Amino acid sequence: MSVLVNKQTKVICQGFTGSQGTFHSEQAIAYGTNMVGGVTPGKGGTKHLNLPVYNTVDEAKHATGCNASVIYVPPPFAGDAILEAIDAKIELIVCITEGIPVLDMVKVKRALSGSKSRLIGPNCPGVITPDECKIGIMPGHIHTRGKIGIVSRSGTLTYEAVAQTGAVGLGQTTCIGIGGDPVNGTNFIDCIDMFMNDDETKGILMIGEIGGTAEIEAAEYYKSLKTKKPIAGFIAGATAPPGKRMGHAGALISGSDDTAPAKMEAMRAAGFEVSESPAGLGDAMQKAMAA
Amino acid sequence: MNIHEYQAKGILEKYGVAVPKGLPAMSVDEAVKAASELPGPLYVVKAQIHAGGRGAGHFKNNPEGKGGVRLCKTPEEVKDAAEAMMNQVLVTKQTGPDGKEVQRLYVTDGVDIEKEYYCSVVLDRGTSRVTFIVSQEGGMDIEEVAEKHPEKIIKADIDPAAGFSGFHARKLAFALGLEGAQVKSATKFFANLYKCFIETDASIVEINPMILAGDEVMALDAKMNFDSNALYRHPEIMELRDESEEDENEKIAADNDLSYVRLDGNIGCMVNGAGLAMSTMDIIKLYGGEPANFLDVGGGATAERVTVAFKIILSDPNVKGILVNIFGGIMKCDVIAEGVIAAAKEVDLKVPLVVRLEGTNVEKGKELMANSGLPIISADNLDDAAQKVVQATKQAQEAA
Repeated sequence: MSVLVNKQTKVICQGFTGSQGTFHSEQAIAYGTNMVGGVTPGKGGTKHLNLPVYNTVDEAKHATGCNASVIYVPPPFAGDAILEAIDAKIELIVCITEGIPVLDMVKVKRALSGSKSRLIGPNCPGVITPDECKIGIMPGHIHTRGKIGIVSRSGTLTYEAVAQTGAVGLGQTTCIGIGGDPVNGTNFIDCIDMFMNDDETKGILMIGEIGGTAEIEAAEYYKSLKTKKPIAGFIAGATAPPGKRMGHAGALISGSDDTAPAKMEAMRAAGFEVSESPAGLGDAMQKAMAA
Repeated sequence: MNIHEYQAKGILEKYGVAVPKGLPAMSVDEAVKAASELPGPLYVVKAQIHAGGRGAGHFKNNPEGKGGVRLCKTPEEVKDAAEAMMNQVLVTKQTGPDGKEVQRLYVTDGVDIEKEYYCSVVLDRGTSRVTFIVSQEGGMDIEEVAEKHPEKIIKADIDPAAGFSGFHARKLAFALGLEGAQVKSATKFFANLYKCFIETDASIVEINPMILAGDEVMALDAKMNFDSNALYRHPEIMELRDESEEDENEKIAADNDLSYVRLDGNIGCMVNGAGLAMSTMDIIKLYGGEPANFLDVGGGATAERVTVAFKIILSDPNVKGILVNIFGGIMKCDVIAEGVIAAAKEVDLKVPLVVRLEGTNVEKGKELMANSGLPIISADNLDDAAQKVVQATKQAQEAA
């Protein structure tokens, strides 16, 4: 198995004909992702990359039977694009866009509750199940199919985790970038849950960073689980000064429990194999698997 | 984005949130004039800098003297206070030891305070909702109250679909022990504060203290921050930006879509991606080095942006070595290599440069570096890169 996406996943792209949408859709198609069309308001009825273009998500869903949408719409319109996908009952929505106003996301989060949709992101690299389906901006070729489920708030640091788990021979089942924004659709707990329920996933690697308490909550959740899988983790930002935003909108130390040491401590207490170094992700995962 | 207290109060007043009367002053004369336009008999002169703790702070030229908030009984006293503050450096627990130069003042009406409270509106990441936080412990640091007396903090989160409702206001007002006409005043205060927060895309509005003057609830102090992702829809707030409060390099970086934060170390870093950029700083520290900055060149770095990034890093005189760490995903390593080589030549690089490339077209990238004729130290992985830059920087520092 794997989680969230596989060969059967039928994907459309919102913002399909824009430069980002075009480039990454081409990459996804080349990787083997089952892209079935796209949405660009006003261009419905045309073709792009040999695929049909629709004016609305609803139209695209009825015509293609898609169950996933990837969003490359610019920040001022991205919140609206997510709401449209929720309204069309798209099961999996992956929003790559960085820089969405947080109050737009507060509304989106409210619309998600009780809906049929799961949102990954925004401000994330996307989701990939190696050799099956790539939704997002990650380079496909660095991934190897294997045993580890990876969940991360970061982009390139996820690639680092991918490369390292590949180098030690573990490989990945599915890699999920949940995004660097303070309000996002899917959190660490959701992903740990999915990986726990996936037979193919034998171990979990969780990559967090400073700001917020999502990692601490995830550690407590993992601790409470009756059956467990080996788990390793890392927190970026041990050297970040308090009160300064480190690139990601959500990477800001504002108290004593959202620092790197506090999060690593909570993870260790919950039984995670924690790597102090970003170069030790593969080793930590291997150690957790051997224990 | 941060703004000054007087600007925040101007916005609050526009939304019907009660504030004491006050006028900004850019000079001592303007401060005296402001006092003459206020009713008196009490005045408060307040230094306007983007940092809290002004009242308890001190001026560098007079460490034993009064702080940046002074109560005055006559226009003459206002003049003295303004003279003591204007163009002087104010040090507070939030400014760090270097302090900040006061270039603007705010002269307000002195108000009879019956009681002080704390009130803020923030985004709660846990609930993903806009949330009110109030406490009877006015004027105190809310983090301290949260730690010592968590039971004294009352919260009300607002459903974005239903919006702010009367019961939210009553919950907060009664929890603060208000009664009768005070509750009515507080209800108006909280409702208008919420409207202000939403309509301006604020990220925090902190009223500390919120006060009771007679039966009226007022904002005695006000701090507002705005969501930088939403500023495009608020040109009127963009105009309130005070560039003198910002770090020069952070400003240049922002203008070039780079994310830069200056730190105290001597190893400059240039990385793609915020998480990897933080991790790069962390691993430098693990090997005994000190990062000089956080710098994320982003996903679509061009040769021009890489050059700007180099210039920003090198404008910090403490920098004695540089680490470039790029995990090229969609970005190709050979393109990055070309950018780094062009930038290194243009800025006439004098400090050791370690480059770690990984990902798409990595071999081509490494070849370009090797053939560039520049003394670039190539690293194979993150570990190797960190060790090499710490070593090379140490040697460069010792040789200097």
